[in-house]
Amino acid sequence: MRLKRLILASSTAFLAMSSAAFAAKPTEGGYWLQEAATPVMEELIWLHNFVSWIILAITLFVMVLMGYIMFRFSAKRNPVPSKTTHHVGLEVAWTIIPVIILLVMVVPSMRLLYFQDKLPETEMTIKVVGNTWNWEYVYPDFENVESFISNPLEKEEAEAAGVPYLLATDAPLVVPVDTKVKVLVTSSNNLHSFAMPAFGVKMDAVPGRINETWFEVLPGKEGTYYGQCSEICGIKHYKMPIEIKVVSKDEFKQWVANDGAFTTTVASIGGGMTAAQE
Amino acid sequence: MVAIPHGDDHGAYGDDKPGFFARWFYSTNHKDIGTLYLIFGIISGLIGGYLSFMMRMELAAPGISVFNSEHDYLVFASMHGLIMIFFMVMPALIGGFGNWFVPIMIGAPDMAFPRMNNLSFWLLPTALICLLISFFVPGSASGNGFGGGWVMYPPLSTSGSPGPAFDFIIIGLLAAGFSSIFGAINFITTILNMRAPGMTMHKMPLFAWAVLVTAFLLLLALPVLAASLFMLFTDRIDGGTGFFDPAMGGDPEMFQHLFWFFGHPEVYIMILPAFGIVSHVVSTFSKKPVFGYLGMAYAMVAIGVVGFVVWAHHMYTVGMDVDLKAYFLAATLVIAVPTGVKIFSWLATMWGGSITYTIPMQWALAFIFLFVVGGVTGVMLANAGVDVALHDTYYVVAHFHYVLSMGAVFGIFCGFYYWFGKMSGYLYNKWLAAAHFWLFFIGVNVIFFPQHFLGLNSMPRRYIDYPAEFELWNQVSSAGALITLAGVAAFFVMLIEAFIRKRPASDSYWGEGATTLEWTLPSPPPYHQFNTLPRIEDTDEH
Repeated sequence: MRLKRLILASSTAFLAMSSAAFAAKPTEGGYWLQEAATPVMEELIWLHNFVSWIILAITLFVMVLMGYIMFRFSAKRNPVPSKTTHHVGLEVAWTIIPVIILLVMVVPSMRLLYFQDKLPETEMTIKVVGNTWNWEYVYPDFENVESFISNPLEKEEAEAAGVPYLLATDAPLVVPVDTKVKVLVTSSNNLHSFAMPAFGVKMDAVPGRINETWFEVLPGKEGTYYGQCSEICGIKHYKMPIEIKVVSKDEFKQWVANDGAFTTTVASIGGGMTAAQE
Repeated sequence: MVAIPHGDDHGAYGDDKPGFFARWFYSTNHKDIGTLYLIFGIISGLIGGYLSFMMRMELAAPGISVFNSEHDYLVFASMHGLIMIFFMVMPALIGGFGNWFVPIMIGAPDMAFPRMNNLSFWLLPTALICLLISFFVPGSASGNGFGGGWVMYPPLSTSGSPGPAFDFIIIGLLAAGFSSIFGAINFITTILNMRAPGMTMHKMPLFAWAVLVTAFLLLLALPVLAASLFMLFTDRIDGGTGFFDPAMGGDPEMFQHLFWFFGHPEVYIMILPAFGIVSHVVSTFSKKPVFGYLGMAYAMVAIGVVGFVVWAHHMYTVGMDVDLKAYFLAATLVIAVPTGVKIFSWLATMWGGSITYTIPMQWALAFIFLFVVGGVTGVMLANAGVDVALHDTYYVVAHFHYVLSMGAVFGIFCGFYYWFGKMSGYLYNKWLAAAHFWLFFIGVNVIFFPQHFLGLNSMPRRYIDYPAEFELWNQVSSAGALITLAGVAAFFVMLIEAFIRKRPASDSYWGEGATTLEWTLPSPPPYHQFNTLPRIEDTDEH
């Protein structure tokens, strides 16, 4: 079973790459947020950049002011210190102005929070269970699709398949594009966190509790997405990646009809891959 | 004690020190206990620093090369946090400088409860020994030591770590917690009851204010930690309780609420004393009294109060109700306001001043600037929506190290250089101290600034190995660890040199800008000071 998934996953990953589909993973030497694949992440990036400008401006303001003060009021240039220790106007100003800045920030911040957190009418549901140390994906809407375990690839396996180590798995979560997907997250033992940076999704997997979140991948953003477990869960915490393969609605229908397996071109690539895996 | 009436209180009587063992082991003298705390803080800092240095070396390149097992790495990460917080920052800032200078600054001969003060200190080495033992006893099936993170979330700290390692940590942290609670009671009593005649609350130096607020935070927050640790303890017993075990009707998230109800005030416990120190240093070297003294004092009170009602911003991804998140978002942003008051009041204190750039002033200026950097990323993280992308990534690591590794620790060094002559009686070598400052300043920035990039690029925390895409900034960060190591070496060279050369420090070696009571005493102060209480004149300096 696992090997079958492995072969399928590797081959589909190959396909994804060869068809130049969209894929999001950490960028090499990257220094900013990953590209958005969902409306929530678009909004999140917007707010992040908006707040970044504000905090950059504040930091630069303090830096310039401090630099000026250090230059202008050094003991050399200003041998006699003033005795001023109060200025009501100033003190009121530096209380009120930050309040105004925060109010400007809090409006879009609340908008994002509620947009992200309030589930819309979703079109399908996926259940994610964190185990030590892999993820189990369940498709409660499709009885014929067996739930399956998504294991990380070992380094050699990943290299052989040409997929990123510590990000790629043997069986990605498959979801359709342009569909509102509800995600139920829970855990069978330790805490975990189901995270997909490009989706703006991060939800803790807590035993005894089912958390819910959602995403909707934007049209044209089919491809493979990578995330990593984001709550310490033991020794293999670093090695339980999350891989989501976003396919077109038609392809997803086929996938479901085929009991959760891709039909196309598996045989042709599969043979070679099997040899490589074994 | 027989009061000997003489005006000059540093005669032979005041310097009557007991023998070595009695002086350092049964010590009830606030200055000796302060010194013990500082030495203890330095030792813990070395242990905690070693742990982080090894982690940085491991992370310098992808793959697992330095550590023998993944478990060991997690043990190092967990213990680095616990040791640095409970055994380095808190003892140095509160126990060390607080003990040394709060009584002197308020014109008191000693702390209110000197024997409890002794107990406070000696609980700490006991606690640290418990934590060190935990390294070498079984934690889980994966190896020795506890690797569940400094936050100790169950189930990883209950069913996930069945071995005795975590029991030793619980015992150690309970001891450290009681140490802090006793210390807090002592500080509150001392500050409220033992101020010299004329020293009203509104004339009290800001460091004493800072320690007073900190002591209240300790008194209210640490019992909650103690309770939650004890609940973990009973949960861990076979057939014990199930407070945090869903199979028994418990809830693991409840621990997170309890922990952060302690944990967030703890952040301010670590930074408020540094605020106090920086205020004095900025004022001293600008040759001006602190600007907006009352605003400064009550900003700290406000930070302390609001600090108790924002805890769940550490838990935005646990699946809380959205309205609850909205509340915590708004409440957290509020803290930016009093913090801004502090920053701008320091700048206004310097404005119009006659500033000299001594070593403590350099640390203070660096503190202010780097605290702003760490503070504004805190504003970013407060936005619950954005936090979903950044939670548990290196962005958070960068943020809290900017406020702690550069905030609290720069505050410690700032105080250390400011008062080193007062405490030891010797002057340090300026060039060695400058080398320490610049190496440390550059080093920690090189370590932690690139970690913002790693976090934005979504690298999660507590990972021993990472995809190759994260290599560049991890490499830079690890290079920073080497620079910082050189800075730490410079610090010890500076210390050794100062104690070898023994250049005597005068009573008030910073000159006219230093106006608090410790500068009216010799350096070092007599064993017992203020046998005749100083009288604070009714001036309207503030």
